[in-house]
Amino acid sequence: MTLTPVITEHWDSPDLYTLDGYRRFGGYRALEKALKLDPDAIITTVKDSGLRGRGGAGFPTGLKWSFVPQNDGKPHYLVVNADESEPGACKDIPIMMANPHALVEGVIITSFAIRANQAFIYIRGEVPNALRKVASAVAEARRAGLIGKNILGSGFDLEIVVHAGAGAYICGEETALLDSLEGFRGQPRLKPPFPAVAGLYASPTVINNVETICNIPYIIDRGVDWFRQFGTEKSPGFKVWAVSGHVNNPGIFEAPLGITMRELLGYAGGVRGDGKVKFWLPGGSSVPLLTAEHLDLPMTYEEMAAAGTMLGTGTPMIFDETVSVVKAVTRWLEFYKHESCGKCTPCREGTYWITGVLETFEHGHGKESDLELLVSACNQISGRSFCALGDAAATPFPAALKYFRDEFVAATESPVDEKFDPVASYIYAGAATR
Amino acid sequence: MAISEQTLESMRDIVTRYPQSRSALLPMLHLVQSAEGEVTPEGIAACADMLGISKAEVTGVSTFYTMYKRKPVGEHHIGVCVNTLCGLLGGDAVYEALSERLGVGHNEPIADGKFSLERIECQAACTHAPVMTVDWEFMDDVTPSSAVDVVDRLARGERVESTRGPAIRNFQASEHTLAFPDDGLAGEGNSVDDKMLAGLRYAKEHNMAAPQSGQEA
Ligand SMILES: Cc1cc2nc3c(=O)[nH]c(=O)nc-3n(C[C@H](O)[C@H](O)[C@H](O)COP(=O)(O)O)c2cc1C
Ligand code: SF4
Ligand code: FES
Repeated sequence: MTLTPVITEHWDSPDLYTLDGYRRFGGYRALEKALKLDPDAIITTVKDSGLRGRGGAGFPTGLKWSFVPQNDGKPHYLVVNADESEPGACKDIPIMMANPHALVEGVIITSFAIRANQAFIYIRGEVPNALRKVASAVAEARRAGLIGKNILGSGFDLEIVVHAGAGAYICGEETALLDSLEGFRGQPRLKPPFPAVAGLYASPTVINNVETICNIPYIIDRGVDWFRQFGTEKSPGFKVWAVSGHVNNPGIFEAPLGITMRELLGYAGGVRGDGKVKFWLPGGSSVPLLTAEHLDLPMTYEEMAAAGTMLGTGTPMIFDETVSVVKAVTRWLEFYKHESCGKCTPCREGTYWITGVLETFEHGHGKESDLELLVSACNQISGRSFCALGDAAATPFPAALKYFRDEFVAATESPVDEKFDPVASYIYAGAATR
Repeated sequence: MAISEQTLESMRDIVTRYPQSRSALLPMLHLVQSAEGEVTPEGIAACADMLGISKAEVTGVSTFYTMYKRKPVGEHHIGVCVNTLCGLLGGDAVYEALSERLGVGHNEPIADGKFSLERIECQAACTHAPVMTVDWEFMDDVTPSSAVDVVDRLARGERVESTRGPAIRNFQASEHTLAFPDDGLAGEGNSVDDKMLAGLRYAKEHNMAAPQSGQEA
């Protein structure tokens, strides 16, 4: 399958981040078109396109928009989830740094469609360079009359606020994000009610991922048929794949959904050294890992689910044979333990205990019987936690055990660093011996 | 330190962005850090006053988020990503080297206040592992020696460019950007690098492109 740059097509143009630079390639043409349409027609178009959310869960975007009650007399809000903090996810921040106007244009069109006069872009605070790029694009668009009162004479008004988070992975969970945006600790809310009905300030709110929103101008400009020629029936469209790890040429590759990991590896220069993949994850640490036997599966929402994992954020991480899976999983659990918001017991206590037990394996004094204990602890978190962070925390270990039980057993006898010299995994050490 | 009239004015400015005032709290706390170097009791009181909520509520919020510091950080705050991918690809060694160079551990400032060091989580830059940040600006693809070199150059007062962003300023200046993101620096430095262009360049070299219309399919 070939590469198909769309969102990334003009990233090599140095002034793409400016209004002039974006307009040179047809930027804001979709907005002009959209403002002449009936908002409901835009929702129908997005529904027909089959676009699915790129934030991880893959929920159909047009369907989500259609849940917003109309003529309810309440203000509506659009909130863009730009909190990108999932380990392994590194596509939204580059999109915002390279092509911020695509996001801004998508925000204006989406707000018009769902009848929102106020939108927020919630960007994680640790990335000031993404914040300044988006804020500068918003300011430029406002000066050009693309944001504000009576946009392009359409009678539509919109304000966009660029908002900085302050360091909390859980704020990527959409209801925690809303609490955070309201000025509280970012802890998830009970659903239902869903945000489309009672979200920000208890008003109807659509929350979408950065990449999802960046698809909108292209769909409006080029149409449903054009969009659907990429990808599959159930996973239409293209994806900004970010390939990281032990590959010779890590980076951003845009290609249709349904491309295989083997094809993406080809574009990314292959695995370093002897070229062997030990394990890989299609989209973030919250999706179960896969092995070399899965490299030829089409990367779609449905095929990844059939393989027992998920497409997630579509940002594959590749690990070669120098890496101890025990160490990798322990490190991810340390992350979930650190980021658990503490609201519910299974996640708060479970991540603490699982991490502690995994650390005994990493240090070479795990007990084989504890492997079953860990499985049972994961089962008690999964499906019993208040939000999906708990489920995510219960994900890495069972998948690793399924494919690499021997390694956990070996870790009952000697520390993993003895068998897997940490230096061998370093990317710069590998570069020297390649 | 007492909160200056200018800072209070900026806080009022932030409040006007939001339909409900309390939404301004996170950027207001970033502003407090830009003025004070940390979240001080005076800063907490000023936020509480302005928003009409209790100091306990502001404290409760500020302690939830890792970016809010209740101890002074250095003039430059250094982060090293030690999440799985970066950590195992060399971030662990980078952290060790910096910890040794600076003589401090996690979230500690050095004696003269010039630097502080933090183990940070995934920075959404895994393609550029191992990743370090200086005052939250990207320092991509570091090694233990290149990371120490960055610190040495900053210690000598030299100008240091972020790998994807403007030149390094200091922690408090970055915190000001978080409160007022349109900081005039969007055009500084290079935000798009070889790794971000890897796919586009491959496509161009091999005559690959996305069809521009439905008919071409
Ligand atoms: C712990 C956790 C963290 C999440 N982090 C993000 C994130 O950083 N960005 C994002 O878009 N979605 C994130 N999500 C998913 C959001 O809850 C939500 O599904 C998504 O923003 C919806 O947008 P989409 O439909 O466009 O994908 C996270 C979910 C969980 C449970
Ligand atoms: S599952 Fe974890 S992150 Fe989610 S509400 Fe419970 S404690 Fe918080
Ligand atoms: S793991 Fe370090 S930036 Fe993602």
